[in-house]
Amino acid sequence: MAKMDDYIPITGQSTIDDLRLLAEKLQGKVVQTINSTSVGGGVAEILNQMVPLLKELGVDTHWDLIKGGIEFFDVTKKIHNALHGREENITLHDLDVFRETSQRNMEEIKIYGDIVFIHDPQPIGLVRKKSGNKWIWRCHVDVSSPDKEIWRFLNEFIVQYDAAVFSAPSFSPVLPIRQFLISPSIDPLSDKNKELPAETIKAVQDKYGIIQNKPIITQISRFDRLKDPVGVIEAYRLVKKYIDCQLILAGGTASDDPEGVEVYEEVKDKAKDDPDIHLLMMPHNNIEVNALQRLSTVILQKSLKEGFGLTVAEALWKGKPVVAANVGGIPLQVKHKYSGLLCHSVEGAAFAIKQLLNNPGYAKKLGESGREHIKNNYLLTRHLRDYMLLFLSLYHGEDVVYL
Amino acid sequence: MKVLVKAKEPFRFVTRLHLTELTGLKASTLKRMVSILKKVPGSCIYHHTHRFLQQHQHISPEPPNDFAYWVSNILVEEELGERLASIDVVQFTSIRQLREKIIQTIDSYLKAHPSASRRFAEPGDEFHFIKSVSFIVPTKYEVSDLAEFNNILKKITPDSVYFHIFESRLRLGKKENDFSNWLEHALLEKELAGKISRLDPYTHTMEELREAIIRLIEKEINSNG
Repeated sequence: MAKMDDYIPITGQSTIDDLRLLAEKLQGKVVQTINSTSVGGGVAEILNQMVPLLKELGVDTHWDLIKGGIEFFDVTKKIHNALHGREENITLHDLDVFRETSQRNMEEIKIYGDIVFIHDPQPIGLVRKKSGNKWIWRCHVDVSSPDKEIWRFLNEFIVQYDAAVFSAPSFSPVLPIRQFLISPSIDPLSDKNKELPAETIKAVQDKYGIIQNKPIITQISRFDRLKDPVGVIEAYRLVKKYIDCQLILAGGTASDDPEGVEVYEEVKDKAKDDPDIHLLMMPHNNIEVNALQRLSTVILQKSLKEGFGLTVAEALWKGKPVVAANVGGIPLQVKHKYSGLLCHSVEGAAFAIKQLLNNPGYAKKLGESGREHIKNNYLLTRHLRDYMLLFLSLYHGEDVVYL
Repeated sequence: MKVLVKAKEPFRFVTRLHLTELTGLKASTLKRMVSILKKVPGSCIYHHTHRFLQQHQHISPEPPNDFAYWVSNILVEEELGERLASIDVVQFTSIRQLREKIIQTIDSYLKAHPSASRRFAEPGDEFHFIKSVSFIVPTKYEVSDLAEFNNILKKITPDSVYFHIFESRLRLGKKENDFSNWLEHALLEKELAGKISRLDPYTHTMEELREAIIRLIEKEINSNG
């Protein structure tokens, strides 16, 4: 597990000094963070990184979990999908299950934090235990077009919080409480993002039979229709008419995800027997993902819908030129023509890829700007800073705060 | 080499960290944009005219404000985008004046080009109004003469340079940037203060700006004055 000082060579001493300064201002406050799982999923991953670092900085941070049965998590999964705008049949019974489990957790979980930091809808009902302390609801879900009924149901809880946090401006509704924008981040020292020796990259290249002397276009994502893998192949074919290149489509799908397997089959069918298309159904292997990104010429993220799309930040951090769809949190990471190229269609993606492959100087410049942009805005250190500022903001209502 | 004067009032470098607050307000047309611009807090105007500068420290700050970027790239009203981009922020000493100028620029364009009011952003491409909450924290660095000032200027964070040059002048309503103010009044370096004031900070990256100020100071230190 990385320590704060390990980040100094990347961010500079002064950035870490600023974090220590902020942590001092939080002395005496207990932060209690609560979610529904300690393993698996993006929220657990973030908390596993952040909680130890906050503690190391001297912020008295604790992490608790709510409990729930299968029925409860089935309901919260439906709620999650409905918040994403998907049509779900959520019955009155489902809502009762949600309320009953919330009630049981209220009885079982001891609230001791000066600041109670609740993640996502599962534990949202705990706010009814609020008594004089500060409560924050952190929404990790894309709620740009939520199911209205479900939003109304959750809103009854949300308005009881002191503040809410969203990941992108387009997720922000009009609320009677303060709401902040805090984007997710990548950890530059994790297996997925750390520097790799050339031999590791070469070993991965050889393992998957990727040849060196043809440009490589790569999309890393689950085999999921929302990531548009078929569109990726179509874009590659449009490019291939003019530039002899290879395509890597790499990602995992769980064996118990029938849709993932189905999509993989569709993509395989679409790829036919093109030897330059590398369809890599990979187990969860962060070093290999890191290596594939590093050996690529252009990284593509042609999603149809995205929460934040951290694969874009990962690629930019490696200085790679990126072509990405203008959806979700992607435009925050890619400013068109400054730190990458945005697209809206297969044809647009193909055109942008050709531009980059034919202009290596331009591609390099975009990649360099992208890396700087990620360094300044989307690393874990910025995320830690934002969380500490968020905690401090609970005690200061003004727009300019003197600490 | 110049004989360095010690200031009675030392200069304390501060840093400033910001948190982004959402308003939930969004515009998809120019008319709606103007109506929201009239009522949002000043920290919103500040955010959208300075965000690009803060987030893209590595490239020359073009376009310098979010309004210009959205109007040019989403509504594709490039002439208005250019007019908004070329608003000379350095000439304004208050957010109120800056807000009026932005509103007046859009209003007069709409009068001259009525068809522009029919342009609208697709769902997902709306302009989202956001504000900056600034936390101002004193650093451990305090200096009393030009050489000390120069040494510390080399190592403070871009956030600190940013605060003393942009934010304290415009957001806290001071007439002058902090550096020029101290150099002129505490060290009686009126000429040097004037030269720093005349650097247009909006056309430099933060590092270029820092280097330009350091060059001016070192020239002064090495002079015979």
